[in-house]
Amino acid sequence: MVLAPLIQGVINRTKAVASGRVGQPLLQPYWDLLKLLQKGAVYSRTTTWVFRAGPVVGLASMICAIALLPFGSFAALAPFTGDLVMVAYLLAVARFFTVLAALDTGSSFEAMGASREVTLSALAEPALFLGLAALARQTGSLSLTSMLGSVSSGTWMRAAPALGLTIAGLGIVFLAENARIPVDDPTTHLELTMIHEVMVLDHSGPDFAMIQYAAALKMWLLGAVIIAIAVPRHSGNSLLDGGCAIAGMFGLAVVTGIIESSMARLRLLRVTQLLIAAIVLSGLALALVQR
Amino acid sequence: MSALLIAILCFGTGAMGALVFANRGRGSTICGVSGILIGCVCGIIPAVSVVLGEPSQSLRMAWDVPYGSLFLELDPLSGFFLIPVFLLCALAAIYGAEYLEAYRGRKALAAPWFFFNLLVASMVVVILARNGVLFLMAWEMMALSSFFLVTFESEKESTRQAGWIYLVASHIGTAFLLALFILLGRANGSLDFDRFSASSDAGLLFVLALVGFGTKAGFIPLHVWLPEAHPAAPSHVSAVMSAVMIKTGIYGLVRIMLLLGAPQAWWGWVLCGIGLSSGVIGVLLALAQHDLKRLLAYHSVENIGIIALGLGVGTLGLRAGLPAVAAVGFAGALLHVLNHALFKGLLFLAAGNVAHSTHTREIDHLGGLLRRMPRTGVIFLIGAAAISGLPPLNGFISEFLIYLASFKGAVSLDGINSVPMLATIAGLALIGGLAAACFTKAFGIVFLGHPRSEHAEQAHEVGLAMVLPGFALATACILIGLLGANVVDSMAPLISEVTGLSAPVVRTSLAQAAHSIAFVSYTGGALVGIAALLGLGRAIALSNRSVYTDVTWDCGYAEPSPRMQYTASSFAQPLTDTFDLLLQTRRVLKAPRGLFPIEASLATDTPDPYQRFIFQPLFRSIGRNLLLLRPLQQGQVQLYILYIAVTLLLLLLWQLA
Repeated sequence: MVLAPLIQGVINRTKAVASGRVGQPLLQPYWDLLKLLQKGAVYSRTTTWVFRAGPVVGLASMICAIALLPFGSFAALAPFTGDLVMVAYLLAVARFFTVLAALDTGSSFEAMGASREVTLSALAEPALFLGLAALARQTGSLSLTSMLGSVSSGTWMRAAPALGLTIAGLGIVFLAENARIPVDDPTTHLELTMIHEVMVLDHSGPDFAMIQYAAALKMWLLGAVIIAIAVPRHSGNSLLDGGCAIAGMFGLAVVTGIIESSMARLRLLRVTQLLIAAIVLSGLALALVQR
Repeated sequence: MSALLIAILCFGTGAMGALVFANRGRGSTICGVSGILIGCVCGIIPAVSVVLGEPSQSLRMAWDVPYGSLFLELDPLSGFFLIPVFLLCALAAIYGAEYLEAYRGRKALAAPWFFFNLLVASMVVVILARNGVLFLMAWEMMALSSFFLVTFESEKESTRQAGWIYLVASHIGTAFLLALFILLGRANGSLDFDRFSASSDAGLLFVLALVGFGTKAGFIPLHVWLPEAHPAAPSHVSAVMSAVMIKTGIYGLVRIMLLLGAPQAWWGWVLCGIGLSSGVIGVLLALAQHDLKRLLAYHSVENIGIIALGLGVGTLGLRAGLPAVAAVGFAGALLHVLNHALFKGLLFLAAGNVAHSTHTREIDHLGGLLRRMPRTGVIFLIGAAAISGLPPLNGFISEFLIYLASFKGAVSLDGINSVPMLATIAGLALIGGLAAACFTKAFGIVFLGHPRSEHAEQAHEVGLAMVLPGFALATACILIGLLGANVVDSMAPLISEVTGLSAPVVRTSLAQAAHSIAFVSYTGGALVGIAALLGLGRAIALSNRSVYTDVTWDCGYAEPSPRMQYTASSFAQPLTDTFDLLLQTRRVLKAPRGLFPIEASLATDTPDPYQRFIFQPLFRSIGRNLLLLRPLQQGQVQLYILYIAVTLLLLLLWQLA
């Protein structure tokens, strides 16, 4: 939970290096959060309590979701059968309230972002679930902790193509859900072209800090699932495993940064096709393990 | 059993009283409502206790009708379906008492209360009946009384049209049920349910039941009456119809599957297929609607689809010898029946408040209602979150059970057998995402932002009698969400009856699921707690800093007007465009032309594609072909007497030969 904002720092640094700039300090996301937390707030006259509930519920559901997620060799706080469904739906709770908060402002721009967000996530959801189902089938388990914990190098030997496809499918979901290029451009300056950023235009001060931190946690969450599959490491030494996982996370951040530097955002119509491709990839992974 | 008979008697007395006191001011309202309330209170106690494990009770009396007998039985399955009937009808009656007041002086209120009591009584008899004749009579009475309720505002052309479609659809369904019971009766020599035994043509009987009951339940493509009838009816009637009446279709299907003996694998496939198509197409059509109540009606189709998915997964689990999958699948489906009754009833009542207060159901004409109708807004939000399957509310609990069953099935089944399970997982995920999109649209456009018309500007909160039933239902949604584990545990007798598995096996399977559900509820509780803490922390942090209000960030536009807001159609447009193949939206675009464009407009409309491309052409061609018979009908009495004579003669000849 502490390291999550650092991922964004790494992505930004990677992009800076790739484009030949020095870039902001690695810890900049932390300074941003601190600064925002110390500020006052401005609310729109149009808004109601729903607007103020948005960031709070969003961050709370991310915290709950992180608590259900294992990392390295550390089990989740409360693993149970079917917790993968719970995690996916906690993300949905956060999205539901963020979207409502955006609609509460009555601004066309924010509603436009909200509309795109629900469209893309409705398509990302099946891809996520099919990927998780492939993983469940592969490991015979229905709890994230035992599921992600039992992926080992042996599993890779046995079913490398299926795992690879799962990672590809989940990777697209990772980019889409976290509003990264090629789905959404976090650095764009025009409201019309944004998805996630535009939804939170009217939030300020501590509210905005909560939103930013929740976004960092979400990225950590989906990233950790991918890393648990991609870097299976069970040495028994929890420090070493944890270190590997953290290194994997930073690796993922670097890869994301490289993707962002090397390609432009897709047209919105294309994005739906990309997400359908993610569904197909996950479906193929399932077909491979289901034989 | 006697309490249930008293309940039915109360409904009957209420119906009669409503007619007798028709001319005495509020007489019929008082009679009708009190009949419902007393009856529901009497009835719900035995219904709950039989679900919790009390022994079943039955009552059999001779009846003069051929093949008929007055055979009623209360077992866990009947009891479980009766609970929402009593709960919803009582709350809807309280609501209706105030809702119908607006029509006083313009319309007679005796008829709606008479038919409302009759509808409740017939639903209770449908669920208790154990004889084919009795069942069909109650079924028909249910269809007719609800038809008269739907056509309450019969002076409107659209309402008459809706009523007509509903009447035709119900009778087509009943025709299939008639065939079903005739076949069952011929094979077993009696129409009493306890005489039915597993027969060789179970497949045919299953299909007949699927079509007959599916028409009532609203399986796609038999759903066409729902989006017509639900918006036309008064809101408390839509709530009862959508929340409990269509569930009698599910009840009938489950009951007949029980009577037909061990299910076959293809039944499960068919149920999963129907569930998937109804769920996905239902929610997509809902997303494309502009009318708030029509949108809700399509969501009933979607939720019936989710129930069918659960039934299908359960059936396949039973067939494959996986008791955990079977028990949890059926538990998810049946719990969703109850949950849908709660949140859909709530949403229809809240939508009724909106329509009552603004005189429009057009989503794009509303906006900003949360400030003007704060209580209605809160209950609508709870209902919207529950129907989108968000934790920690009740909708998530039942969907979680179906997910759990299908994940278990996908892990343990191989090859082709796992396909329905995986399709269910992907389908539920897609349905969940689309439902969340649809309800952020419904709540966001109707209740948030600025008012988009005068209707919305002049809205005011409605009276307590129209808000309290909604709060009661919202509380029930929250309670089932937080006490899900206990609810699932207590469903053991019911599931044991439905699956035919032994009680200990069912109890173990459900206990495992309940263990997970308990964690779901803890996490949900933690979510609320953490959110409260964060809110408190923010309040403390902001207490001594500058907090002020200003206009919404307008990107530099000088005078933003409410008309510039996003509308419901534009919000849904990316999704409806993506799935246009399934929706066939009609667009009328007047594009701006020239250097100084004067006018431009865009109108979109998504009528039901099944109605448009299948049923309308079908019925039109039937109508055309039936015109050929027109010459037979001359309006001359002599000619008709000739027909009678010829028919008699032919029958006599046939008898002689």
